[in-house]
Amino acid sequence: MNSVAFILIAILTLAAALAAASLPKLIHAALSFAVTFVGVAAFFFLLGAEFIGLVQVFVYIGAVAVLIVFTILLTRRDAGKDRGFNWGGVVIAIAVFGGLLWAILHTPAVSIAAPNIEALTVKRIGEALMTSYVWPLQCVGVLLTAALIGALILVMEEKR
Amino acid sequence: MSGDVVDQIFIRAKQWLLSWLAGAPDWIVQVASSLLNIFALLGVFLTLFALISVLERKILGRMQNRYGPNRVGPFGLFQPIADGIKMLIKEDIVPARADKIVHFLAPILIAATAILALGVIPYGRNMTPFAIDGGILFFFAVGSTTELAVFMAGWGSNNKFSMLGAMRAIAQMVSYELPLIITTLPIVMVVGALSPDAIVAAQSNYSFGFVPHWFVTTPWGAAAFVLFFVSGLVESNRTPFDVPEGESEIVAGHMTEYSGFKYATFFMAEYIGMFAISGLAVTLFLGGWHAPVRVLQFIPSYVWFFAKLSALLFVYIWLRGTLPRTRIDHIMNFAWKFMLPMAFTCILAAAVWHYTGRGVAGWLWSLAVIGIVYIALSILLDTRKRFATRTYRFAE
Repeated sequence: MNSVAFILIAILTLAAALAAASLPKLIHAALSFAVTFVGVAAFFFLLGAEFIGLVQVFVYIGAVAVLIVFTILLTRRDAGKDRGFNWGGVVIAIAVFGGLLWAILHTPAVSIAAPNIEALTVKRIGEALMTSYVWPLQCVGVLLTAALIGALILVMEEKR
Repeated sequence: MSGDVVDQIFIRAKQWLLSWLAGAPDWIVQVASSLLNIFALLGVFLTLFALISVLERKILGRMQNRYGPNRVGPFGLFQPIADGIKMLIKEDIVPARADKIVHFLAPILIAATAILALGVIPYGRNMTPFAIDGGILFFFAVGSTTELAVFMAGWGSNNKFSMLGAMRAIAQMVSYELPLIITTLPIVMVVGALSPDAIVAAQSNYSFGFVPHWFVTTPWGAAAFVLFFVSGLVESNRTPFDVPEGESEIVAGHMTEYSGFKYATFFMAEYIGMFAISGLAVTLFLGGWHAPVRVLQFIPSYVWFFAKLSALLFVYIWLRGTLPRTRIDHIMNFAWKFMLPMAFTCILAAAVWHYTGRGVAGWLWSLAVIGIVYIALSILLDTRKRFATRTYRFAE
């Protein structure tokens, strides 16, 4: 059952990713990209990481996809123009893929007995964030607040 | 235990239906169980949608001193059936320059996300269709997808009114999602769980047998409930905040280029979203399916849930009959300058309530925190015109 689900989700995710990379209209590509996010979230669900899956949907579809779509909307000058072939993108993609492949092939396979893994509940994530990882969390909070204030300053009208 | 039988009658019915599958592989039983839940959900809420669409018109008619629909069936109750048939046989018009695929997918996506959100709400004792650990998060994650669907509708129509409506809708939905989520945080903090069932269970007790421990009875809970309700109004594009489809300015917003059944789908999604957000409000603040007083516990739990849901839906309709439309810039200013600080204050007040012992002292302290911030914000944001010597901006 799980392997069937894995294959189905993998096909969906890869097809959506391919569509995002190759569709001629930019907005279609962006929407396919959102479907890719759904596929990744489904993988998290399949792995039992419910919380991460939900946050993936929440942040990437609710915020990042909307952001991308709006960026395209507000810069819609070349709506019908051919996107052309991006050689730089190909080089980066191959480099990232090679790097990932190298990392995967050099990681020794670890076989952990299934019963040892505790379910990753929201409570455990919260406890970890509030105890061992409280400093990184605070730093991220400060960074995001700074970004928010920066955005506000950018759009603020200049007083004459 | 006759009361228990009535309370659990739907659970028993489901178990009886599933007993037909005895001996089948485990996954078939699981799939069948999920399908039963889905059909029950759709059946109940589509019926409720049909009912509320006619009731809303009746109630609005009553408020505006006229009869509502009263031609089809007794008291006009068969009006939704007539409307449904009309919507189905209408011509489906797609603009020639529209982005066909996106235009087609938008109503499907918006209805699907609205229905998905219904799945995690506890409708009665043991009656949560899909009890997942992060239920509240699931609700908001699914809800945030609506923005993309609205954008697809606006962009796919290739119409300026559609695009303007979609921009307005997304602007106000993004802004009010913040107070909506932040006002649920104090509940999650106090209960210590993200699961709707745990939140309902935490509100099960009574003081002296007649004061329920619903979160709305605490000052921070009451304030959060009001903020949540107003944000819910905005999220479901209901009347004081229905600028995305303001007929007088932009035809019907992102739904301008939709006709026939696709328009009906948008309409349905709007109502289902309203049910979902009211159901979540009942779960979070109004004690879910618990009875308001201990002696009334013999009435089945789902009756209480739907009674509270109906009460909230009535307030939605009541507001629509009472208030005029708000201007978009006022809506946005209200979100960022008032709703957001108040939502943060609710978290603070809940923390004060928790650390002063959750009793009478905590009640008063949290009331003080909310009151001080409310008064301070009212003074700071006071924009009423004051009499002053007249100044001319253009004619010197």
